[in-house]
Amino acid sequence: MLARIKRFLGLEDKPKEQAKPIKPKEEESSQQEVEKVADKPKIGYFHLSGCTGDGIALTENYDILAELLTDMVDIVYGQTLVDVWYDDENNPYAIDDMPEMDLALVEGSVCLQDEHSIHELKKLREKAKLVCAFGSCAMNGCFTRYCRGGQQAQPKHEAFLPIGDIVQVDCTIPGCPVSPEIVAKVVVALINGDMDYLQPMLDMAGCTANCGCDLQKNIVNKSLCTGCGTCAMACQTRAIEMREGRPEVNIDRCIKCGICYTHCPRSWFPTEQINKDLGL
Amino acid sequence: MVLGTYKEAVSARATEKQIQKVAQDGGIVTALLSYALDEGIIEGAVVAGPSEELWKPEPLVAMTSEEIISAAGTKYTFSPNVAALKKAVRQYGLEKVGTVGTPCQLNGIRKMQSYPFGTRFLADKMTLVVGIFCMENFPFASLETFINEKMKSSPEVTEKMDIGKGKFWIKALGEDIGFPLKETHGYEQAGCNICPDYTAELADLSTGSVGAPDGWSTVLKRTDAGASIFDQAVKAGIIETKDISTVKPGLPLLEKLSLGKKDGAKKESDNRRELGLPVPF
Ligand SMILES: Cc1cc2nc3c(=O)[nH]c(=O)nc-3n(C[C@H](O)[C@H](O)[C@H](O)COP(=O)(O)OP(=O)(O)OC[C@H]3O[C@@H](n4cnc5c(N)ncnc54)[C@H](O)[C@@H]3O)c2cc1C
Ligand code: SF4
Ligand code: SF4
Ligand code: SF4
Repeated sequence: MLARIKRFLGLEDKPKEQAKPIKPKEEESSQQEVEKVADKPKIGYFHLSGCTGDGIALTENYDILAELLTDMVDIVYGQTLVDVWYDDENNPYAIDDMPEMDLALVEGSVCLQDEHSIHELKKLREKAKLVCAFGSCAMNGCFTRYCRGGQQAQPKHEAFLPIGDIVQVDCTIPGCPVSPEIVAKVVVALINGDMDYLQPMLDMAGCTANCGCDLQKNIVNKSLCTGCGTCAMACQTRAIEMREGRPEVNIDRCIKCGICYTHCPRSWFPTEQINKDLGL
Repeated sequence: MVLGTYKEAVSARATEKQIQKVAQDGGIVTALLSYALDEGIIEGAVVAGPSEELWKPEPLVAMTSEEIISAAGTKYTFSPNVAALKKAVRQYGLEKVGTVGTPCQLNGIRKMQSYPFGTRFLADKMTLVVGIFCMENFPFASLETFINEKMKSSPEVTEKMDIGKGKFWIKALGEDIGFPLKETHGYEQAGCNICPDYTAELADLSTGSVGAPDGWSTVLKRTDAGASIFDQAVKAGIIETKDISTVKPGLPLLEKLSLGKKDGAKKESDNRRELGLPVPF
């Protein structure tokens, strides 16, 4: 199965020793390549104020999804994927208590005026070893940054925050939505205990505010921009145009997802990982 | 590893006369991308095509060899080719994309492939990434200063631009005009000052002029994919090669320049860190 995922991710023809985990969990290293992972990570999928786009991205790993869900991970909590959630008197499937889990994937920002969401978020922080802001809304608010209430049927629901403003977040996968490939790569890294691969996502977890103007403030203003155009490629709303070799952000189109800055090779650069992936 | 990891270095040029005429050096980029397109290895290529303004390139999704050839030659200013990769995949529906870029552009592509956060189904479509050597790049306004003020010429009559033998050259009305490269310092983009990569170390295959005689290129074969496409093109007679050890000045000059660039980048990065500024590598 792991071999199949690697093939799917285009990691197949690398030398054997490079495909191995960098920091294998003790005593498990000899079993890394076996078909079934003995110790499946328990994963919860939480849907706060999100659009399910990130959850859909997970399922868009068509080629490997069935095996991923049966052989590689246990989804122990989630509405859309497993129909298990808790603390809802109107739901016959609701459970009494949230299960313990290795990883909580949290999609969406959190509405301060929605008691249930705040409660679920605090609870999952207690129950999950690792809390991951899954998608830009959870990480930095993304377009829910523009929320301001005044709409039916909950005119009071006006304040939406990245989850890191309320609980401690351990890692983050930005994207609006995240790509199917990054979800698959993260799962593989988790199973392999490849903390080096996950490191940038741990480093970014503290960041709860992004905008297209990150490029101007943190890259152009710091003499780092090379006019490569990666930010314009990555922008999911085509808010960026390259002019005289510099990004120009149409702030009326920008949804504050942070993907431009995340992808800019001058914001952070994973040299070793890239060499490894290329077999160089 | 001052030239990055590579399998083999050769001196090479395109055999096609039409390409030799318009190419910057040995026409390796144009010949290789056209060959890959004709053979169905790629379905299109993102290159630095012409724009409405002379000498100001614009990324072009080339779907034919003619279009690839129309983009031959070096433009010493920004062509954000990476930005057009998404267009190639989404608007043109390409499954296998070729491209050419400076080392910093390759940084953006390779980082996206290793960490495809927001770029769904792009990473696996980058089939052939050709890198070109790069010492520095210039804002368009700097080029205008060079051509109009320093060389007292104009973009309209300029047929080619080149850097070599310590000078910045243009060919204008059949005449070669040059001025000392030293005088270009201060006109390059500031982001280049911390760039440690001269030979496009993350390319499938890198090429540039340094090391090779006029009309020829130096080629570094890096990944399996890059080496195999290049070897096929040689076998098909599209590209001819010479043993690099038989050409002058050869690899020693390339290594010297590459090392010099790395040293300079390190110095500038240290300076910036001392000022409390961020440096990505
Ligand atoms: C800014 C810059 C600096 C360079 N500095 C050096 C150097 O110091 N030493 C050295 O040996 N070589 C350098 N080169 C590379 C060299 O000028 C040639 O591009 C290279 O040798 C390829 O020649 P060729 O005949 O194989 O390519 P050709 O067949 O002429 O094709 C050139 C290809 O490069 C693309 N291209 C042109 N301009 C740009 C641009 N600005 N950005 C991205 N792609 C572009 C074109 O689309 C075309 O596909 C530099 C190139 C650039 C763009
Ligand atoms: S400019 Fe684009 S990529 Fe950047 S934050 Fe705004 S919407 Fe996202
Ligand atoms: S990705 Fe970064 S370096 Fe490249 S053009 Fe955008 S801001 Fe500049
Ligand atoms: S010197 Fe480096 S940063 Fe500048 S254009 Fe060349 S590759 Fe890009």
